[in-house]
Amino acid sequence: MEKKAILEKFPRSPDVLLALLHALQRANPQNYLTHEDLELAAQYLGLPLSRVRDAVTFYTMFSLKPRGKHIIRVCASPNCHLAGAWSVLEELKGELGIDVGETTPDGLFTLECTSCLGVCGVAPVMMVDEEVVGNLTPLRAREVIRRIREGG
Amino acid sequence: MRPARTHVLVAVDEEARLSGVEQVLTALHQILSEYGLSEEVRVVETGTLGISGQGVVLAVYPDAVFYGRVRPEDVREIVEVHLLKGRPVERLRLPTAAPVARPGEILGRQTRIVLRNVGVINPENIEEYIAQGGYEALAKALSGMKPEEVIEEIRRAGLRGRGGAGFPTGVKWQAVRSAPGPEKYVICNADEGEPGTFKDRLILEGDPHRILEAMTIAGYAVGARLGIIYVRGEYALSIRRLEHAIRQAREYGLLGKNILESGFSFDVEVRPGAGAYVCGEETALIESLEGKRGWPRIRPPYPVTHGFWGRPTVVNNVETLANVPDIVVRGAGWYRTFGTPTCPGTKVYTILGHVRFPGLVEVEMGTPLRVLIYELGGGVRDDRPLKAVLIGGAAGAFLTPKDLDVRLDFDSLAGRAAVLGSGAVLVMDDSSCIVDMLTSILHFFRHESCGQCVPCRVGTDLLVRLLAEVRRGEAGPEALRRMVEIVEAMRLGSLCPLGQSVALPVRSALENFQEEFLAHAQGGPCAVCHAQGGRA
Repeated sequence: MEKKAILEKFPRSPDVLLALLHALQRANPQNYLTHEDLELAAQYLGLPLSRVRDAVTFYTMFSLKPRGKHIIRVCASPNCHLAGAWSVLEELKGELGIDVGETTPDGLFTLECTSCLGVCGVAPVMMVDEEVVGNLTPLRAREVIRRIREGG
Repeated sequence: MRPARTHVLVAVDEEARLSGVEQVLTALHQILSEYGLSEEVRVVETGTLGISGQGVVLAVYPDAVFYGRVRPEDVREIVEVHLLKGRPVERLRLPTAAPVARPGEILGRQTRIVLRNVGVINPENIEEYIAQGGYEALAKALSGMKPEEVIEEIRRAGLRGRGGAGFPTGVKWQAVRSAPGPEKYVICNADEGEPGTFKDRLILEGDPHRILEAMTIAGYAVGARLGIIYVRGEYALSIRRLEHAIRQAREYGLLGKNILESGFSFDVEVRPGAGAYVCGEETALIESLEGKRGWPRIRPPYPVTHGFWGRPTVVNNVETLANVPDIVVRGAGWYRTFGTPTCPGTKVYTILGHVRFPGLVEVEMGTPLRVLIYELGGGVRDDRPLKAVLIGGAAGAFLTPKDLDVRLDFDSLAGRAAVLGSGAVLVMDDSSCIVDMLTSILHFFRHESCGQCVPCRVGTDLLVRLLAEVRRGEAGPEALRRMVEIVEAMRLGSLCPLGQSVALPVRSALENFQEEFLAHAQGGPCAVCHAQGGRA
């Protein structure tokens, strides 16, 4: 969608900043906010650019670096930890050949950690983009990655 | 349409969706119609049935039979054997000790006020909520009570904030009503980020209209016209159900202008967060709502006088609000028959970890921890010995088997009362390593510290480093003493409860499991630490 069209869905009130940034980030195939996005948001809402950057750098759901087409977020909170999230994370690092916070050279995956997703009944869990995958084992996590790769 | 002979309740929550509930529902509808049972058997899509970790869960009433891990290929057997011939399918049946209440009844030690409709009604249908007495409280308040009388009823009921602080809700509402200002706001805090906590999500997913009704009553009581629900950005299903419920309520004239022709107007908006634990703190939440980084404000002034856009604002937790409609309809006297004299009512918990029946439960205030773990949770998995219970999530306290008789209410827990808010009860058997668990907790706090005040920003980092040294066997008892000094400084000097509460898990872990920490300090990582990657 045209960026202008995205902006115009929101009222020109500073309190919609986060929602507007979510929308701009979603519209970018590389899942991040460009400098131009921040300037657009600042201009539209009549805020200083520094104020927009200030907010963006605070929240974990926003990124200023290009990210992969798919974002894998492994829950690192104590409950998933107790259920073996660590071994899942190690498996994913090996399978993807990257560390947490990095993107694969083919631009397909970014690996991140997240705090509790509130689905502790099926711990350990990870989010693949918007979907939650639970009851993970290292093997199951690897299968999820391979399935996405095969599906393109 | 004939009244249905049998009801099949299907839990459709985030966990069930992960387990393929959509396919099960398709199969169920198709096979019921094959046998011409579509009228006789009514399928109700509802919120969680209180059972966690069991995949797709169904309940058949009036038989009160619960099935777990149901796959699409199991549906034919359930229809043919149970619904046609009346014999439960034993191989799929869940143990009867599962923490589940029959609609409107008290089962075992559970008392359901907040969760009365969760797992009973279809949350996407406003008429089912109304049929259970929904919006009766709003009608009663708007037609027959003055705002002051609503506040007085809540005050006399002794309702205290379920977010953790236990502050009397009626007093808060009165403060906002009395505060000067042309515009006031009601905010529902649904930024549930405490690890292991998801009761608010299950309330929002299972009974969204209850929250809308309560917020409207709060708005009437304090003189606000706008309510905002600040919900975690990750809670996609909650956001969708709330938005759907708001649309329905507007259509029925229960939100918007001139509600029930009373002259009172009120509307509710949903705002998703962007992933910051500290935004569960009410002033950080307000900053975030204003489109800024979620840095807690220096208090006083408090939100009751200077909240959203500097105006008087009520901030109530989801669970607190969920109590309001029943108090308005049935009165303070009724509410006080539950719980303890100083903490009336109930509390919702999520029981997790090494327990036989993980899930969502609601019990009276003052219920002993033992009842939660051994009666409702079914005890420790595989009958292993209980080692520790982490109650309250990361900002919680480690308890031991000697604490099993502690009563769970704001007064009995005294200095540890804040842990009640989250309601997370994480059970650990003897295979767990407390040093490893505390490492995970401290990593969490280091990541979530917002960085505004020095004690928390520096303290959380120092704690991670010190514990890593202990775990690698490179530091002695003096490192443990330093950790206690640091958390004390954080408790006294941090700006908000995030930094202040780190003392709870650290002190309780070091006090109750001192030998385990010393053993690591002397001998290095244990077998569990190794298995968990020995993260340092």
